[in-house]
Amino acid sequence: MSTPRYVLDVSVLPNYGYGTRSLTWWGLMGMIAIESTVFVLAVGTYFYLMAQVSEWPPGRRPPDLEYGTVFTGVLLLSLIPNIWLQRQAEHERLPQVRVGLVIMSLIGVIASVVRAFEFTVLNVTWYDNAYGSIVLMLLGLHTVHVLTDLYDSLVLTVLMFTDHAKARRYVDTAENATYWYFVVYAWLPIYVVLYWLPRWTQ
Amino acid sequence: MSTIASGILPPDVRPAEREREATYDGESLDEVSTAQQLEKTWATPRGLWGWLTTVDHKQVGRRYIVTAFVFFLLAGVLAVLMRLQLIKADNGFIGPDLYNQIFTMHGSTMMFLFAVPVMEAMAVYLVPLMVGTRAIAFPRLNAFSYWIYLFGGIMLWTAFAFDIGPDTGWFAYVPLSGPAYASGKRVDFWAQMITFTEVAALAIAVEIIGTVLKLRAPGMTLNRIPLFVWSMFVMALMVMVAMPAVMLSSTCLIMDRLVGTHFFNPAEGGDALLWQHLFWFFGHPEVYIIFIPALGFISAIVETFSKRPVFGYPYMVLALIATGFFGFGLWVHHMFATGLPHLGSSFFTAASMAIAIPSGLQIFCWIATLWSGKPVFHTPLLFVVGFFVIFVLGGLTGVMLASIPMDLQVHDTYFVVAHFHYVLIGGGVFPLFGAFYYWFPKITGKRLSETLGKWNFWIFFVSFNITFFPMHILGLAGMPRRVYTYQAGLGWDGLNLLATIGGMGIVISVLLFIVNVVSSLRSAARAPSNPWSAATLEWATSSPPPSYNFAHIPFVTSAQPLWDQGEQLMYVRGLRVDKREILLTTPLDARPDLREPSPDPSIWPLLSALAVTALFIGSIFNPWAVVIGALPVAIALTGWFWPKRNEAMEVESA
Repeated sequence: MSTPRYVLDVSVLPNYGYGTRSLTWWGLMGMIAIESTVFVLAVGTYFYLMAQVSEWPPGRRPPDLEYGTVFTGVLLLSLIPNIWLQRQAEHERLPQVRVGLVIMSLIGVIASVVRAFEFTVLNVTWYDNAYGSIVLMLLGLHTVHVLTDLYDSLVLTVLMFTDHAKARRYVDTAENATYWYFVVYAWLPIYVVLYWLPRWTQ
Repeated sequence: MSTIASGILPPDVRPAEREREATYDGESLDEVSTAQQLEKTWATPRGLWGWLTTVDHKQVGRRYIVTAFVFFLLAGVLAVLMRLQLIKADNGFIGPDLYNQIFTMHGSTMMFLFAVPVMEAMAVYLVPLMVGTRAIAFPRLNAFSYWIYLFGGIMLWTAFAFDIGPDTGWFAYVPLSGPAYASGKRVDFWAQMITFTEVAALAIAVEIIGTVLKLRAPGMTLNRIPLFVWSMFVMALMVMVAMPAVMLSSTCLIMDRLVGTHFFNPAEGGDALLWQHLFWFFGHPEVYIIFIPALGFISAIVETFSKRPVFGYPYMVLALIATGFFGFGLWVHHMFATGLPHLGSSFFTAASMAIAIPSGLQIFCWIATLWSGKPVFHTPLLFVVGFFVIFVLGGLTGVMLASIPMDLQVHDTYFVVAHFHYVLIGGGVFPLFGAFYYWFPKITGKRLSETLGKWNFWIFFVSFNITFFPMHILGLAGMPRRVYTYQAGLGWDGLNLLATIGGMGIVISVLLFIVNVVSSLRSAARAPSNPWSAATLEWATSSPPPSYNFAHIPFVTSAQPLWDQGEQLMYVRGLRVDKREILLTTPLDARPDLREPSPDPSIWPLLSALAVTALFIGSIFNPWAVVIGALPVAIALTGWFWPKRNEAMEVESA
């Protein structure tokens, strides 16, 4: 076989990159697109069921506001350390990344605890009626995302405090922060639908 | 080295990062050593361990294709049983309960375990080769997807073997499938099979999108992407929007059945039609998820056998995308008989008719290609011509069904059965068989017999029409779907007998195909790397391709690189040969951007799939399985993603 005709040398290229340059980002976006579709369809189901009955919520008080609102506040405030952590990861500053991951893991724990209390003040359960079913479904779906990101953050924290703190872990940390944005932004419409919509329709 | 392309590198190249003691492909390494080193790096380990741990997209894709084909045969056996039962009036061969299970299993297997998986499997095998890269994006996810699919299929068929097969139709309408009318576990197995197959399909969709957007060979700009790859890309996008709907609805169904939610229970504020909306928001796009990959097969085959580029490339791409969009605007046409408001329905009628436009446009472009080329009617092209005839007939009955008065008349009759077999077999299976004949030499290194192939085609084509054309007339005569028998004297006997005879012909044609495959695999004759003189990159490597796909990554300067550059194909050098490395390019204009590691073989995808399987099947029997089962799933996924120790640049393991 004759020598192939080369027109370019790619060995000078870096072997990781952030954001749209990395394959991880695109995989994450695929996952977010899929999960967003699930959320949109679940919220659509909520509205569909709302249109089936004259009274909403049917025979129930809306969920109590306090814990859900505290949860929303925690999530919104968590954006600040999250933005900071993502930036530190992209600059590959190990001490700051360690601090950021610990903070975000703690926030994940706090959010999960508040979420646990939210489940106790919904004033309905899944087997009461279709309204209860979809409320629990929406809150449950979102909770899975909170727990997933918390678990990811804990694993990353362990990796960053051990000798696994290598270049590609910074990419993973940055993308984990991207995923947390999704967890926060996906919650905001669900919060409005679960807590405020039934107050406006009463 | 020529540097005509060096201007397209990104600004942050850091030559200092060239790892010491690393080996790269290029002039400094002769071709024999390059191949040896790459093989050592990329080969799957031998033996059972290698079989269980492989992440090679070609091995996984081949496995996926074979498994899907086995499910096709199993569902085909069920079809034969149904045809035997309907061969004459008042037949007592199969009773109503078993018949219900059989038609449900036939439809569910064909749709969820054969048609969609086999199309994705073709993409898994071919897309990385066609875009000129060493591996698929997220190869471990790919392995996981296969295992999940396999376990879901085995679960459903095991349940069927124990007389707990689903019996409420492939779309499992509530209330029939709900807790009030379907006791036992039959529908639960169906609902969980959905979860298995949709997880598998969504995983592949993400891989295809990642591969198409980030792993294309340098120079393969958007307007140089093969139409096959475009079609798989559109399919993947549709999967990401459609599949979540059926996962959500089947989850609601199983929760209604197992933990007492009321999503579909009208007595507690639920609604039965909600099921139909969610199901068909998936179910109609599903048809296009099967059909659009088939369009990709056809474009590839038509181009190769008419020896010219497909006429109207940009319109073909836009038509694919338009079909993808329209596919989501049609779902209510499955629900015209449910009493929805007429104004709303008329929009869906309009959309259902409008989707004929991009489909028709593509057919005219192919005809123009064949007309202006020098078509060679080998078996793959024969199947494409068969597609034209059968699919156009199915499309015509589709336009008829889009009109509400007609739909109400023939709803739930054999007219609908005839229609969707014309579109699905015509639009899916015929192109797929053409694709089998076309890519068989690439995948196996052997060629199928043309003589047997032509017999296969003609018997299939004639028998298909003998089987399904009479069903149009039976439907117009009032024969309902899904009846296990009918009375004598209704005038349906002769046509049913004819359909059964045709069905036997299809069996013979499929058996001929299997004979052809087995005999060619046993023959000694090897296929060359480009037996059809085709234009796209998968033919630039040996048949079958080596584990690393290409010794060097091609540099593409046209949409038909092998025709336009031929022996003068250009390459880039500088990927490592001593560890798994892939070249990432920019999404739009495919400029080289990064060298990223690609994961090694791993047992964790299989272990993760086993953990997920335990959770899914356990949840059928006890809802707490979801909570308890989450622990092994988390452990397995952590093992999957845990970086390996003591590696200078550890392998990313997505």
